[in-house]
Amino acid sequence: MANILAVDDSASMRQMVSFTLKGAGHTVVEAVDGVDALAKAKGAKFDLVISDVNMPNMDGIALIRELRALPDFKFTPMLMLTTESTTEKKQEGKAAGATGWIVKPFNPDQLLATANKVLG
Amino acid sequence: MSIDMSQFLETFYEESFEGLEIMETELLALDTGDADSETINTIFRAAHSIKGGSGTFGLNAVADFTHVMETLLDEMRDGKRQITQEAVNLLLTTVDVLREMLTALRENTELDHERIKVTHDQLEALLASDSTAAKPVSQADTMDTSSSTSPTAQGWKISFHPHIDLLKTGNDPVRILRELSELSELGEIESTMDASSLPDFENLDPEECHLGWDIELKGEVKREDIDEVFAWVEDECDLTITAIKTVTEKVAPAKEEISSATEQSTVTNSATKASGEAPKATPAAAKAKTSSESASIRVGIDKVDSVINLVGELVITQSMLSTLGEDFDMSKVNSLIQGMEQLELNTRELQEQVMRMRMMPINFAFQRFPRLVHDMSQKMGKNIELKMTGEQTELDKTVMEKIGDPLVHLVRNSLDHGIEMPEQRKAAGKPVTATLGLNAYHQGGNIVIEVTDDGAGLNEARVLAKAIEQGLVSPDAELESAKIHELILLPGFSTAETITDVSGRGVGMDVVVKNIRSLGGTLEVWSKQGEGSKFTIRLPLTLAILDGQTVAVGDEDYIIPLISIIESIQLKPEMLNVVVGKGETFKLRDEHLPIIRLHNVFGGHPRTTDLTQGLLVVVETDGRKIGLFVDELKGQQQVVIKSLEVNYKRIEGISGATILGDGSVALIIDIPGLISLSNQEKATSKYKKSA
Repeated sequence: MANILAVDDSASMRQMVSFTLKGAGHTVVEAVDGVDALAKAKGAKFDLVISDVNMPNMDGIALIRELRALPDFKFTPMLMLTTESTTEKKQEGKAAGATGWIVKPFNPDQLLATANKVLG
Repeated sequence: MSIDMSQFLETFYEESFEGLEIMETELLALDTGDADSETINTIFRAAHSIKGGSGTFGLNAVADFTHVMETLLDEMRDGKRQITQEAVNLLLTTVDVLREMLTALRENTELDHERIKVTHDQLEALLASDSTAAKPVSQADTMDTSSSTSPTAQGWKISFHPHIDLLKTGNDPVRILRELSELSELGEIESTMDASSLPDFENLDPEECHLGWDIELKGEVKREDIDEVFAWVEDECDLTITAIKTVTEKVAPAKEEISSATEQSTVTNSATKASGEAPKATPAAAKAKTSSESASIRVGIDKVDSVINLVGELVITQSMLSTLGEDFDMSKVNSLIQGMEQLELNTRELQEQVMRMRMMPINFAFQRFPRLVHDMSQKMGKNIELKMTGEQTELDKTVMEKIGDPLVHLVRNSLDHGIEMPEQRKAAGKPVTATLGLNAYHQGGNIVIEVTDDGAGLNEARVLAKAIEQGLVSPDAELESAKIHELILLPGFSTAETITDVSGRGVGMDVVVKNIRSLGGTLEVWSKQGEGSKFTIRLPLTLAILDGQTVAVGDEDYIIPLISIIESIQLKPEMLNVVVGKGETFKLRDEHLPIIRLHNVFGGHPRTTDLTQGLLVVVETDGRKIGLFVDELKGQQQVVIKSLEVNYKRIEGISGATILGDGSVALIIDIPGLISLSNQEKATSKYKKSA
């Protein structure tokens, strides 16, 4: 099963994402913002990164840009959690190297379906 | 897979309330004209998180409401909208409404739909006004999706030629092909790979994508499903999707509408099912909540780690000692002493660290004041700047919860009575903007909280006049300033010329004093006419430990809280005064003070009943002094308070118990309780006599 990095500054969303993915048998590492995530990503290998966009310290877009520059994350699927109102953010995220996005609000089934899609 | 979303609700509520507090603080910062982009960003993020969470956890009313707020904040963030006082005030109201909504949902009570609608409309109105809003765009967005029930074709021809960089965003053409084939579950898929642009092997960069595909997808597949497969990569490939023999006959659309309509309805069905689940779960979560509210505490992981670390050390010391004990002889006595010292050190550190777990920064009590000061100064037409320092000073959680109300009272008092109107300040040559200070710091084993203002200060003449009028002091009394200031702390004292709704509704400073005393603390007043006042609260850091004086009565030990002891004296016969029917008193300097014999109240066999043989501990509480008659004084020490109610039952005059170093139990005396107890006893014994 996959090793997944879940990044969100909101504890409830993080719990939900983590609980859902763990329920499907994945291993989940949680991070509270971009800086935390980057620290946890360095020296580790992940099969998938799921990150919120709006976060303090380092937002999701900057995180994806930083991660993409790491050799271990060159081809790792990275999904952003975004709201429907932020079309520009999707473009910005793509430009930073995001694989795709999951639109908020989403339910656990949608999350799993999308994760499975990129995990193959 | 079905997941009970309600399990995340509690966390969501908690972080949402935190978010609202952040929003409030930052909005107030905006208010003072300090509109840097990080402030707005922080507010936006908090709103955004609440919106995202509430949508996900099925709290749709909150999500809708926050959406409007978020749109407004987004425009401010992008500089499309001016940050006006009006907007800030509306946003502050919005924060209040959101807080009420979340509280109602959490406690499973009725939402105030009227108020929500009014605020919602105000937000919409503000959005509609003058803005160069991004709103039409979002409308176009929704239009787009609603019109997306496009006709189904019999098949699709897709030309998919990724750009060479496609792989670099973690996308994979194989995944896309796989998804397409999943779409065509009922139909067929045929794809031709185009490798014509593949470079020679020597020039090949394996990280680039040079392949293209022409795909024919047969069967009833909806266009938007195909679009969705390509959604993430549409800007990273050349993509054309054309329908093979679109069903264009006039009859067909009707049929398709039906099929897409049924499909839609199943979707909505499952959607309502999903959202129906969450509200159902809410009550249960809310119920669980109310019972556990005061029982939980959030502790930083570093504090827990350091405790675990210390427990580890303790275990090491313990195992060292038990090894030592296995074959102990006198030659090892030095190691034993060392081990015991180590054990003592470990225990003390562990105690300190565990105490720290209950400590929280006083910020939790301070954070409501920016809003309070903002609202009140606007209401009263005063210009007030709030300066807070030492917000990170830590104190016990229980103390914090109980100090909130007294602090609010003091702050309101300063705002209302202390600080003058702008004109008066100008006339007095002071800066028009007044300063209200909240300051906290540690001193010894105490936390000190100061509430200061640079207002008018106490009007001593008026305070004295009022006190005389109310019979609190004799008309010919000549008091020094400090004594006059203390008068305002007496029960029933209020000098406010008119009773405002801000403070001075008869509930006076004495209530504040009482609350602070019940926490084992003290309140001091300092004031200088024309310059301002300072109220200083001194509190013990924790309620779990107390500095005590051990006293002995016969074989029993009692603990008297050190904070209430003034002095201990040995009585001389000439100081004694027995008043018939009113008990015993003694003269201490100019005062006649009553004596309570501890053995009379609690029983026991004192070594002596002669007042001049034992010792008299003079204690003070609620402004009254009394002498407690005991056999002897023993040591002073910190004692850990154990509740009697939990372990036995409540006893009048005793606030708890503690275990002394030798393992024996000592009762901790509750001085106010003791006084009322001894008064009762006097009353009953008098009654007995007359009966």
